[in-house]
Amino acid sequence: MMDKLKTVKILKFHPEKCDGSLACERACSQVHFKTDEGGDKSAIRILKNGNSYKMHVCDQRGLCLDMCPVGALNRKKNGIVWLDKDICIGCQACVGFCPIGAMRKSDARIEPFKCISCGACVRACPNGALELIEVKIDDIKKVVYHKQGTE
Amino acid sequence: MAEGQIPIEEYETGNTKHKWDLKKLKFAHRVIFEYNYKKGEIKRGYANRTLYLNLTKKEIKEKPVTEDMKKKFTGGRGFGLKLMWASIKSSTRWNSDENELLITTGPLCGTTQYPGSGKSLCLTISPSTDIICDSNVGGFFGPYLKFAGFDAIEIQGKAKQDVVIVVDGEKGKISVETAPLEETNSHLINEQLTHMYASENTDKSRQKVSVVSAGKGAEHSYWGCLNFSFYDIRRKLPRMKQAGRGGLGTVLRDKKIKAIVTKIEKFDGVSNNPADPIALAKVGTKLHREIRDLDRHQCNMRAVGTVHLVEIMDEYDLLPTENYRFGSFPKASKIYSPKFFKHFTKIIPDGCWHGCTMACAKTVDGFTVMTGPYKGQKTTVDGPEYETVACCSNMSLWDPLWVLEFNFYCDTYGLDTISTGTAIAFYMEMYEYGILNKERCDGLELCFGNGEAVMEFMHRIAQGNKGEFTKIAAKGARRVKDWLIKNAWGTPQLIEDCGMESKGLEYSEYVTKESLAMQGGYGLTLKGPQHDEAWLIFMDMVNNAIPTFEDKAEALHYFPMWRTWFGLNGLCKLPWNDVEPANNAETDEPSKVPEHTQNYVEYQNAITGWNVDKEELILQSERCYNWQRAMNVWLGRGRRKDDWIPYRSMGPVTEMEYLSRKDRYDKQLVEKLGHSEKEVEKMKIKEKIELLYDYRQAQYQKLADAVYYRRGWTPNGIPTPQKMKQLGMDDPKMLKLLQDKINEDEKAGLNVWGGKYGKGEKPPNIHLKYWEKW
Repeated sequence: MMDKLKTVKILKFHPEKCDGSLACERACSQVHFKTDEGGDKSAIRILKNGNSYKMHVCDQRGLCLDMCPVGALNRKKNGIVWLDKDICIGCQACVGFCPIGAMRKSDARIEPFKCISCGACVRACPNGALELIEVKIDDIKKVVYHKQGTE
Repeated sequence: MAEGQIPIEEYETGNTKHKWDLKKLKFAHRVIFEYNYKKGEIKRGYANRTLYLNLTKKEIKEKPVTEDMKKKFTGGRGFGLKLMWASIKSSTRWNSDENELLITTGPLCGTTQYPGSGKSLCLTISPSTDIICDSNVGGFFGPYLKFAGFDAIEIQGKAKQDVVIVVDGEKGKISVETAPLEETNSHLINEQLTHMYASENTDKSRQKVSVVSAGKGAEHSYWGCLNFSFYDIRRKLPRMKQAGRGGLGTVLRDKKIKAIVTKIEKFDGVSNNPADPIALAKVGTKLHREIRDLDRHQCNMRAVGTVHLVEIMDEYDLLPTENYRFGSFPKASKIYSPKFFKHFTKIIPDGCWHGCTMACAKTVDGFTVMTGPYKGQKTTVDGPEYETVACCSNMSLWDPLWVLEFNFYCDTYGLDTISTGTAIAFYMEMYEYGILNKERCDGLELCFGNGEAVMEFMHRIAQGNKGEFTKIAAKGARRVKDWLIKNAWGTPQLIEDCGMESKGLEYSEYVTKESLAMQGGYGLTLKGPQHDEAWLIFMDMVNNAIPTFEDKAEALHYFPMWRTWFGLNGLCKLPWNDVEPANNAETDEPSKVPEHTQNYVEYQNAITGWNVDKEELILQSERCYNWQRAMNVWLGRGRRKDDWIPYRSMGPVTEMEYLSRKDRYDKQLVEKLGHSEKEVEKMKIKEKIELLYDYRQAQYQKLADAVYYRRGWTPNGIPTPQKMKQLGMDDPKMLKLLQDKINEDEKAGLNVWGGKYGKGEKPPNIHLKYWEKW
């Protein structure tokens, strides 16, 4: 019952405010790889979408949780889906199975990485195009197991 | 049952919880001998040494892996063959002191990025066949053995009392310890030893231990399998996979080994130290995505594992029922995959090695055992897989619960489900004909469909029952044939035709009557009738894609070589063609799955740093395949006469079988044998059966001719020294032995084609010594 009340912070994007300068990506790669390269080393990606931009990032639904053979993926107390890279054995199952491609893999190391809703990108954006909003986990989480056949 | 996003700690299986006095068990251990070794590093997939133990001489040593050895034998099963060649004699039999049990890994084994990369390859001289049997098995043992420092473990000699062998990769120590108090049956001993040897009392620590064992059944039969454990952190118990075929577990127990344990300190995604981890992750992720998107529309492995085959085989008349008499059965829908899906625990992941997203290793948790020593207990059943279900169909058992019961006891007793099921199905048919009866079966009513009698028979095997039938029947179909014939019970030809064994090994579960190529896929094999060399039924029978002898021979060259390759590298075959790229059907050679073949080229290069192409992969296999055939020749088998198959696998043995598919057979008498419809109408069934019999036997011999020729063997099936040299296998002792055997055949007049060629037909080559000009 407690689960029903549990919430998690996820990123919300306001494309109309984005100028495509990718300060968010640089801040993110700083968090994960201590570099401001952004790009492949950032968990958040801002992509051109016609004349505008779109955000590509983990939405904390947790479809990957049941994929991990060693239990390196867990939902933390604050609701976010967390990859413990000391436990991770680099199999890429979560990377391959993420339906939106938000579990990322950089060439820098074998273990993948993902958005942890830390807010570094939100703070880095000069235009306020990103914000963290709170949603109920129960509303977003999904049961992963494939039903038999194509149902 | 738990389904989706449950924290790992909270999974509940409903199994009986065991409490062990581990201190007492451990206290009873006495170290007999031990060996400290320097922990090494894996370089590009190789530990670069193998481990040798001699239980008789109490000796442990390391053997180096040379570059030459890698070049010729690649790894895995290839290494096993090389090591055996150096250690056994041509007179070695399964229970000889010098017989070896080998567990090998392979350079790609232990990779986590590419699905199906945790296989161990086990080899020994089989009690069933007297030649080498190799078996490919999942579980954590192989990868852990390598990460503990060894590409293979080679065990020779016998202990005087029950021992466990511990390869401790944490401390760098091998020890052989007495183990008097542990259970023998696998589901229990695997649990005991996993808990005993885990460094800490946590699931993560237990996941770093893997156990190989065989149960009580393996002690008293020729069907002993090896159970390889893999600890499941969700179910909180060691599950297991079986190295089933050929009696490896029988050899383990003959050596008085209760279990082999390996543990590691740590491992991660690059423990193989691949040459190119980036390329490796890319090719692996590509396959993960394919499985994600396509599996549910193709094989549905992630939901039901290999059981999805049951309904397909039934539909195509290939599901063996009542000892392969029929290929489909009205009751078969009772054991279709949805019936098992209902029982399977629906949590992910179910791979038998980390990172295998094909995840075919399904389980039923909380199954209540119905008979025998564990009656009433709740347990996890690993499986069933297709073969096990089809064994039950072969015994005419149509209740999923009896399938689970059979599966559970086969596993924990260490009995190979395939051999056990196929052999019992044969006994049941003999029972139906009165050749066996209650009295001759030690009081068992072993008729088709009697699940209770099947289980009672298995319990008796495990107890070491001394009844004449139990003792002989536990040695398999071949020995029972001999026994029946010796007692003059039934006609020898009927007995030989019905019992589905070749080379002494029982068949696996496909009806091959209408596919000549698949008859060769079972008969023209190294270890015996097992579908791991080739599965050509659809290609041959359904799609008619390989109509000529030459076509079939090409398929019986390529596919056995290709599939051998998985065993050289420590891989599983399933991710190759049990999921296919969406555009596979449009490629030049869909049956080879060209894109996946290319994946494997990239994969091997990414690990080893080599620069091979797909032709080189086949060459790697051809070297080892021919080497193994040559060793079979050395061991006294491996010629045309040894590639004999029972007629049940070729065509209808009995009138009932003929009548059950009368239209089909009548049509063949017209279309293939050239009789007129009127003639056929007048013929008696017996006559028609005989005509088909002669025709199909002759076809098989012609197929063997074509295949031997394609493989570069003599007309009697011996690999030629010229072929071996071409492949770079220049061991002088082996070349000489082959030449000697060929000379022997020459003298005995055996160096001739087996088929009788009529007008307009010709043998593969008019020169019987065609290879001498190479």
